[in-house]
Amino acid sequence: MSTAGRSGLRAASEQPTARGAAPSPRGERLPAWLLVPALIAVLLLVLPFVALLVRLDWATVPAAVTSPAALQALGLSLVTATIATALCALLGIPLAVAIARSPAGLAAVLRTVTTLPLVLPPLVGGIALLALLGRNGLLGATLAIAGIQIPFTTTAVVIAQAFVALPFLVISIEGALRAIGTEHEHVAAGLGAGRFTVFRRVTLPLAAPGLVAGTVLCFARALGEFGATALFAGNSAGVTRTMPLAIYTAFNGAGVEEDTAIALSLMLILVAVAALVLVRGWRPGALR
Amino acid sequence: MRVDLRARRGGFALSAAFEAQPGEILAVIGPNGSGKSTLLDAIAGILPVSGTIEVAGRLLDAPAGSRGGAATARRVHVPPEHRRIALLGQRPLLFPHLSVRENVAFGPRAQGVPRGEARRRAEQRLEEVGLGGLASRRPAELSGGQQQRAAIARALASEPDALLLDEPFAALDAPSAAQARRLIAAQAHTTGAGGRAMPIVLVTHDPMDALILAERTLVMHDGAVEQSARTAEVIGHPRSDFVAALAGVNRLGAVGTGDRAVRTPDGLVLRGHGDTLGAGAAGSAVFAPGSVRVDPARADGAGSVPNRWDGRVTELEPIPGGIRLRTAEHPAVAVDCPSTHAVALGLRPGQRLAFRVDEADVSVRAGS
Repeated sequence: MSTAGRSGLRAASEQPTARGAAPSPRGERLPAWLLVPALIAVLLLVLPFVALLVRLDWATVPAAVTSPAALQALGLSLVTATIATALCALLGIPLAVAIARSPAGLAAVLRTVTTLPLVLPPLVGGIALLALLGRNGLLGATLAIAGIQIPFTTTAVVIAQAFVALPFLVISIEGALRAIGTEHEHVAAGLGAGRFTVFRRVTLPLAAPGLVAGTVLCFARALGEFGATALFAGNSAGVTRTMPLAIYTAFNGAGVEEDTAIALSLMLILVAVAALVLVRGWRPGALR
Repeated sequence: MRVDLRARRGGFALSAAFEAQPGEILAVIGPNGSGKSTLLDAIAGILPVSGTIEVAGRLLDAPAGSRGGAATARRVHVPPEHRRIALLGQRPLLFPHLSVRENVAFGPRAQGVPRGEARRRAEQRLEEVGLGGLASRRPAELSGGQQQRAAIARALASEPDALLLDEPFAALDAPSAAQARRLIAAQAHTTGAGGRAMPIVLVTHDPMDALILAERTLVMHDGAVEQSARTAEVIGHPRSDFVAALAGVNRLGAVGTGDRAVRTPDGLVLRGHGDTLGAGAAGSAVFAPGSVRVDPARADGAGSVPNRWDGRVTELEPIPGGIRLRTAEHPAVAVDCPSTHAVALGLRPGQRLAFRVDEADVSVRAGS
């Protein structure tokens, strides 16, 4: 009681000074040595896109983006990236829960395994997938006998995308799960909720922001996947030629079609930005 | 509730045995790290234990082959969701994504009660804790005290066989804490769903909580039960310096003088009530700092009259409603002087004062 009274007094006496020079963390002035590199970093991130827009020949954009080849590539990209994301969510959420609730040692091992595709060049991932599922691969040879061929099919595109995108989903959901802790889950169990009910009604809703962020990152990564797809799935129009491969083809293609490549890039950028905006718009206030 | 368990958490070992009757509030006090919260986690089934836990006639934990073999040939461990034990901590931990009503209805819903009926029960529980009008709010829109009351309503709505409380009032302001205390006290006296009252285990660092709410108190120390007795006895004559500090009383080791008095190591002679120590027998004397009367020292000194002593003030410390002082002669003895009296005396360091304490205010017990 006495401490409450005393701190109350102190708060009252401190209030005027606090109001006079309120040093809010947002209004703080940054030192120049920090500001300059930060500004250069922003330029590094933004300038290439500005250049892209400047270089764009707007007259050719409508034709380029509505060409059957472009629409086919966009459609294939959206379909494969969506399936890959669903696959990642199906497998990745359980993995994230397993990592978040494992003992520290096991969690470290699982986390390292999960992060591997993230730090490796996707090209290496493509070669590894071929080694596993290619015609003479570890599993591919057996599959070939059964008459199943995976490389250079749309299935291969989905697998390549899932391979490179899964870490994004797992890591952001795992972080969210660890941040929410287990206390609410214990409370729910004490109230009589079984494990599945706890997971469905408590764990998942509490982790929802991480879940959404992870899913969007995963989708964006799948959408942009190039290296592993190129090696493992190839570049055949309508089957495995997703947007990134279409851009590469246009850029390197027979004719000098740099404008088409740029226009297609613009489409990909717009889809990615739309996805990010969608999450931003969903997040505030929806869960707190 | 019957508990006789051993448990480990990291390098910490806990062993405890006690019983709590239906309708009883049992307080558990002890220093940080003494195993109070570990004990509650073990009873709630969050922590694996060896030993026996029985609540409302149901065996929740038992070693293999216990109780005559046939009944429990295998080790018994009922998982948390089937133990019917509600645990309420210092933080309310309401589910932030659910309305207050859905929070309270969570227990009944999880136990298979239809949605409408669960909501009706939730409304009723919220009414009981005085939150009837706030059922549609999100937890974040409630004050801390309201959140804790909602958490109490949520725990009670699950109709548990036992209620475990871990410092439930610690984070609340005084009026909210008083309100929550009333709710818990009322709960102990009402009968639950099965027509029976439930035992409540209350972990607290505040012995006054124990005194107000609990008939009996368990003192934990280093993962073991140090004392289990009536609260009045535990607080009235603490057996450890820790409980004495919590209870805010002076606890002095002393030996009998042979003439119904005891002498402390620094020469204080005290006569009190309770046990009579034979000459040379070890024991302890306990009295509250506030029961000591302070006067200006007389020129001829206190002499060796029991319950009177002189001292030179070394330390003055403000306390609610007065000043706590200590003397050079008896640094272990705290004396509280009411503010009006302190003004009249003109208290200052170095001052010589005379002290006396009534025989009725000194408790003497044999044993160390």
